[in-house]
Amino acid sequence: MTTDNIIISVKGLEKHFDEGKLKALRGVDADIRRGEVVVVIGPSGSGKSTFLRCLNLLETPTKGTVTVENVNITDPKVNINKHREKMGMVFQHFNLFPHMTILKNMTLAPMKLLKKSKQEAEEKAMNLLKRVGLADRANAYPSQLSGGQKQRIAIVRALCMEPQVMLFDEPTSALDPEMVGEVLDVMKQLAMEGMTMVVVTHEMGFAREVADRVIFMDEGKIVEEGTPDQIFSSPQQQRTKDFLNKVL
Amino acid sequence: MSAVTESISIFEQWWLQIEPAVQANTLNFWQFLYKEIYLNVIKDDRWLQYLKGLGVTLEVSFYAILVGLVLGTLLAILRLPQVQNMTANGKSFLSGLGVWVVRGLSKLAGLYINIMRGTPLLLQVLIINFGIFGSISIDKVIVGVIACGLNSAAYVAEIVRGGIMSVEKGQTEAGRSLGLSGVRTMIYIILPQAAKSALPAMCNEFISLIKETSILSYIALTELTKAGDYIRSRTFSAFTPYIVSGLLYLLVVLTLTWLIGKLERRLRNSDH
Ligand SMILES: Nc1ncnc2c1ncn2[C@@H]1O[C@H](COP(=O)(O)OP(=O)(O)OP(=O)(O)O)[C@@H](O)[C@H]1O
Ligand SMILES: [Mg+2]
Repeated sequence: MTTDNIIISVKGLEKHFDEGKLKALRGVDADIRRGEVVVVIGPSGSGKSTFLRCLNLLETPTKGTVTVENVNITDPKVNINKHREKMGMVFQHFNLFPHMTILKNMTLAPMKLLKKSKQEAEEKAMNLLKRVGLADRANAYPSQLSGGQKQRIAIVRALCMEPQVMLFDEPTSALDPEMVGEVLDVMKQLAMEGMTMVVVTHEMGFAREVADRVIFMDEGKIVEEGTPDQIFSSPQQQRTKDFLNKVL
Repeated sequence: MSAVTESISIFEQWWLQIEPAVQANTLNFWQFLYKEIYLNVIKDDRWLQYLKGLGVTLEVSFYAILVGLVLGTLLAILRLPQVQNMTANGKSFLSGLGVWVVRGLSKLAGLYINIMRGTPLLLQVLIINFGIFGSISIDKVIVGVIACGLNSAAYVAEIVRGGIMSVEKGQTEAGRSLGLSGVRTMIYIILPQAAKSALPAMCNEFISLIKETSILSYIALTELTKAGDYIRSRTFSAFTPYIVSGLLYLLVVLTLTWLIGKLERRLRNSDH
């Protein structure tokens, strides 16, 4: 693999909270390659979300660098908004805009940021809605949808910006069990189309099936990483074994 | 116009009927009531003076509410934690100096809110009227708008700030993660939701502002209270002019309450 294939490069990443009393990340190094699906697993409080949120600077790193397409985005001179346009994010609690219709949720950013015409933006949104089977809900408000539908909308809302990378923070954790599948299906489809994805999840089945690489984090560090087979079938570290014993 | 003139002449006829009893001081209750109404409302077209006063009250209130809303929203934004604790980090468009200016303004905004809420409105009105505009001849309506608007802004700021803070953090994160700037996220995503949750408190603020403009009678602005007071000085009726003024305030406040209630119901039904 050449470095050209690396889309996100993280070096020596640390994040402290409460004036250094709480170290959520204690030196993380990772590279994400184009087209790769990386699944991040680990116990609660291990820093998975913090790691993910540092990738688009929703959290400002305390130390270290995050380089996206060869630009160090931790540099204060960088226009972070431009970079975030290329990095879609999906949250545990969907975070749809409740005062806007589904269509408006999806067209707001493309119209303001990509300078798309209303018609162009709506066309793109409708195509995406069709793909996730929700075209008939275009004019509904988020509160009128089920959790699974909301999360599928959140995914396509991010896709409307035509991102290079998609970041997922426990996208199915807030869902009723019967709705998990429909969201994972959309993510699988996205992975198959070659989208670069970083996914924090407790869905080990998804990790096994879809991930190119699994990262196990604990106490603010990457303890072990490898192919799903390596991590799930022959973990090397005791902490990884303990964690997998608990969740599998 | 002729209908009005005619009806007044009927009122005149009724007045002539009870005038002997007025002279003799032998009025029954209904006659007394009519005397009060005739003297304080009908005679010399006095009702026009209440209406003019009401007009001034509404004018001052309207512009003061606008001033309060705009200034109050700005103050509220300056008081937000993310603005208060703004650092140069990640804010490429703000130089180090810019950050210090913003933080300084944020401190000033806090001071302003405390002073305006911590001192009586009457005192503020007097200071603005005699202290600031004392040597300039200026329309009292403008003085009233400035005084009430500046005062209301402090309350509005707290209401808006509460509204903004009631919007989930995830909303900001969703907006920012799409690439929207902080300002755009505020305008398109946070403020519309904040406005909705702040609506009831804002309604209360508008209502108190309308009533508090009565304080402007102290600086001889002929608004609704002063209009009643002026008529009392002519008719020497102790109650009636004030009651007429009071009823007009009540009418305005109840109308506003009704309108905002309607708006609130519409907002609730339209989306979530
Ligand atoms: N904004 C914050 N302020 C203070 N502490 C925080 C903040 N965000 C996270 N932390 C702390 O940092 C640590 C790592 O949190 P993080 O959310 O990254 O864990 P996680 O691996 O995503 O856990 P979970 O599986 O529960 O989501 C935790 O101890 C958490 O309490
Ligand atoms: Mg988390």
